[in-house]
Amino acid sequence: MSTQTEIILETVEFDDDGFMVDPNAWTPEIAEAIADDQGIQLTDRHWVVINFARKEFEENDEPPTLRRITKRTDVNTKEIYQLFPGGPAKNASRIAGLGKPTGCI
Amino acid sequence: MKTLLILGAGTGGTMVATKMAHLLDLQEWRIIIVDRDESHYYQPGFLFIPFGIYSPSDVVKPKRNFLPPQVEVFFSDIEIIEPDQNRVQLRYEKKVINYDYLVIATGSHIHPEETPGLMDGAWRKNIFDFYTVEGAIALSRFLKFWKGGRMVLNITEMPIKCPVAPLEFIFLADWFFHERSMRDDVEIVFTTPLAGAFTKPRASGILGNLLEEKGILLESDFNIMEVDTTNQAIRSYDEREIDYDLLVTIPTNMGAEVIDRSDMGDELNFIPTDKHTLQSPKWENVWIIGDAGNTPTSKAGSVAHFMLDVLVDNMLRHMEGLEPLPKFDGHANCFIVSGFEKGILIDFNYDVEPLPGKYPLPGFGPFSLLKESAVNHWGKMMFRWIYWNMMLKGEDMPFESQMSMAGKWA
Repeated sequence: MSTQTEIILETVEFDDDGFMVDPNAWTPEIAEAIADDQGIQLTDRHWVVINFARKEFEENDEPPTLRRITKRTDVNTKEIYQLFPGGPAKNASRIAGLGKPTGCI
Repeated sequence: MKTLLILGAGTGGTMVATKMAHLLDLQEWRIIIVDRDESHYYQPGFLFIPFGIYSPSDVVKPKRNFLPPQVEVFFSDIEIIEPDQNRVQLRYEKKVINYDYLVIATGSHIHPEETPGLMDGAWRKNIFDFYTVEGAIALSRFLKFWKGGRMVLNITEMPIKCPVAPLEFIFLADWFFHERSMRDDVEIVFTTPLAGAFTKPRASGILGNLLEEKGILLESDFNIMEVDTTNQAIRSYDEREIDYDLLVTIPTNMGAEVIDRSDMGDELNFIPTDKHTLQSPKWENVWIIGDAGNTPTSKAGSVAHFMLDVLVDNMLRHMEGLEPLPKFDGHANCFIVSGFEKGILIDFNYDVEPLPGKYPLPGFGPFSLLKESAVNHWGKMMFRWIYWNMMLKGEDMPFESQMSMAGKWA
């Protein structure tokens, strides 16, 4: 983790599960920092997912599910697991500054 | 003459038809219900068929028996719903029905073809579902002669109808193998895309402990990518591999195909629904009951029952030019059979997760919440009678639509 990442993350408020408390305080720099903290270097493909998640959240007030991401973007399930290892919907949502995707009931 | 059209004559649609037949002036209204299937299935009973506890005749009855004579019935597939034109076209003779009000109760169904390999040759040979009556019967035949090995139960993806059913299946299987003195010859593995045994944290903890007590292995955060029927293994997207001798699958659940054809649903064909009023946010004369909608609560008959009064009141209010009231709170309750003639009851809504206590009478019960008891088991077994004889017929039941905190320990 770089010093810059540390400095940025210190200014951001996270909940107990590591999700940003205020999605409106999110910036692309914060996304880079959260990703860096998880050992992920963001590429254009990551940004396809992140931008989609942000857009969905603005429209529906909810982060998208995995199936929604893979159906509405050109990123397929296999790729999204490689982009965001260990729970892609959750990790993408975290990097996009959104809450935990509502676990289905 | 005005028309109330109901699509789907399962639990939700049948209850709406029965209730509206009493409440609407039938000089002024015609009520039409459409379903493609002439049989009504008691779906909670499918769970018991693989273990020989229920037979198919316990869970299937003619739909006609439960629909009031004042209601016109069409048995047909639905070609398309055109909510902008207030009309629906049936497959049967391409009949067009114009409606004033539409209730959609088309439910959800399994789609095993969504998972690569699942239907490649081993389907219903050593891979089974129990969400269809055919699957449950095929599995009962298999289990009768099975010598043991590793049984894997996999939930493909959420949401699924009756999210406790997979757990109940496992508990019943554990009991079944014990009774046949072959539990030591069977390894039971539960693989789920969820982080734990259930969707709600507190219940997940208690149910997770039960799994452990019963020696059932839990593989969580497991998102299945494919089934390899040659090597008898399932693989996840994060490259975990689990071998099986018997695979019991809960395939992807989706809303009806007609919802997709009509471009009314989300990516799983579930219809966007106002979660408190049960009205469509897009078409004000369209209402959704049960698991056809995307309300974030359990896709289960108990929920459809709790939705009923809210939906009917709101539709009647709308007919009088009044605003619908946001009264549905996501109330669900489920009897969970846990094996050895015991059961657990959980009661929850959008905001309150399952809590311990007594139900439905505070302090008295007779049912215990979030705790194993024999009474809970018999509650579940009695429920089949209540379903056929009271719930579908619209008789009063001793449960409130809205969840109550009385008798619960927060």
